[in-house]
Amino acid sequence: MAITAVPQAPRKPGRPMSPYATGPQRTSLGRKVRDNLTGHAFLIGAVLCFVVFSWYPMIRGIVMSFQRTRRGETTWVGWDNYSRLIADPSFWPAWKNTLYFTVLALVLGYAVPFFVAILLNEFRHAKGYLRVLVYLPVMLPPASALFLFKFYAYDPSEAGLFNAILTALHLPTSQWMQSPDMTMPAMVIASTWMNMGGAVLIYLASLQNIPGELYEAAELDGAGIWRRIRHVTIPQTRLILALLAMLQIVATMQLFIEPLILANGAGAEDSATSVAYLIYQHGFFQNDLNGAAALGVIMLVVLAGFSAVYVRLTAKQD
Amino acid sequence: MAQDSGTRTLISHSQLSRGRGKVIYWTLLIVVVTGFTLVFLGPLYWMVTGALKSGQEIAQTPPSLFPKDPQPQNYIDAWNNLALAKLLFNTFYYAIGAVLFQLVLDSAAAYSLSKLRPIFGNVILGLMLGTLMIPAMVLIVPQYVTVLDLPILHINLLDSPFAIWLPMVANAFNIFLLKRFFDSIPEELMAAALMDGASSLRTLWSIILPLSRPILGVVSIFAVTAVWKDFLWPKLVMPSPETRTVSVGIYTFAGGTPMNVVIAASVIAAIPTVIIFLIFQRNIMSGLTTGSIKG
Repeated sequence: MAITAVPQAPRKPGRPMSPYATGPQRTSLGRKVRDNLTGHAFLIGAVLCFVVFSWYPMIRGIVMSFQRTRRGETTWVGWDNYSRLIADPSFWPAWKNTLYFTVLALVLGYAVPFFVAILLNEFRHAKGYLRVLVYLPVMLPPASALFLFKFYAYDPSEAGLFNAILTALHLPTSQWMQSPDMTMPAMVIASTWMNMGGAVLIYLASLQNIPGELYEAAELDGAGIWRRIRHVTIPQTRLILALLAMLQIVATMQLFIEPLILANGAGAEDSATSVAYLIYQHGFFQNDLNGAAALGVIMLVVLAGFSAVYVRLTAKQD
Repeated sequence: MAQDSGTRTLISHSQLSRGRGKVIYWTLLIVVVTGFTLVFLGPLYWMVTGALKSGQEIAQTPPSLFPKDPQPQNYIDAWNNLALAKLLFNTFYYAIGAVLFQLVLDSAAAYSLSKLRPIFGNVILGLMLGTLMIPAMVLIVPQYVTVLDLPILHINLLDSPFAIWLPMVANAFNIFLLKRFFDSIPEELMAAALMDGASSLRTLWSIILPLSRPILGVVSIFAVTAVWKDFLWPKLVMPSPETRTVSVGIYTFAGGTPMNVVIAASVIAAIPTVIIFLIFQRNIMSGLTTGSIKG
């Protein structure tokens, strides 16, 4: 970036010119200690914030999941919180819904941005405009965007935007959030619309790093467009594809605001309850912070399982 | 032909500028530009104009493309009934504070990790980056309990802006972005400053930070949009009506407010981030991609 035009700091006359005059062999112990202290002094503010709001809560969450606090008294209860949670009638539906959402979002929110990026990368016109368009919804506050979907797009009467389009195309209309079968697909559509811009831009950047000679060579060998995508584009962007798949799984497992706003939480017949929503329910409505912490730990373990599979899969390919 | 670079992509340039390729290229371009405009701008148009329609007009079938009898009153009602001025001010205040805390503490940390490199620096960096793998939802309960009663100090941060500012400093992604940028500043500059007897603080202030304006801009924009878009955390730690953020405020009022007014409020809430995006889109896009590409 702007590093090339760096103004050189003026050197005072009579000082040694070599920047290496204070090499490691010349430093005394006192000097070393002082340098380290200075270094840590610059770190301390951020480190304290990590300690208080990230590292300590991590441990505290695990500890809390084995405790129960009632009327200010905390006792160790072993696995009680976990068994109580698993017995919650919403526990399995929440996992089923969350995993269903994750799979749907992976199909729609993962494949679509990749092909959109490939398409945009071919265009020599309107590139900037299309990029701004795709990223625009990412900048909206999710609550704003979801109210738009809830009230205007997913209106179950024919006055709703989606139903009006379906009617105009002579297709059957849908009850959207009122129908248990459509709840998840409707949430995935809204979520993909809001979030795909980031993935598209990251793919675009990695597509631009593919050396053009590879496509040229493939074309000379008679490879068509699809084969060029399969044998050049995908292998060349494999690392980013794998990384974004993992990030997407972590993000979709935390599905929360979509059910909260679009489905008022649980939705028709528990069709929208997500694990994250259940954490919120237990922690902040049923006054069961310990149960919510236990569910958080379960979520962490499941994600760690996914990461282990991910590391296995990506390591194998290398 | 407008051509941004000579790099070869999936389909060769010559193939696209001749005969059948040219026809397909232009057809596809027009289809995609129209399609994208409808898909990404269409809903926003629907939102802005829908909030101008009357209750009857919004319920009519088929829906009208333009509001027949525009009701700017919906926007005025949203502004007054939801006390949007106060909500927007709160959110803006939290966003500015988050920017300042992140710029000061995170760039000091990144500077230390990049240039001063004290012992255990790499361990600390590793622990920080490790938090990127932990989903926010897993931490939400213990974080909330921590904010209710800070360890050692025993202070309750509920309804205090510090409950938003301080957790935002623990942002490994921003520290990583800053550190990577500082890494690219030549070591000779540091040595020259040392020769001149500049302290570490002086070097950071007069050499590193002025050179790092682009990345500081990116981090600031990310901080502002993160505060503006966040929902669950401010909902939990800012429970009073006086301290709410704009998203939480609209959500709280949504139940008992006519939907056109809720949408009008949503439009108003979205304006600041959209404006920030349109002004700083280049910085945002470069920040997004530098963090993710290796090498």
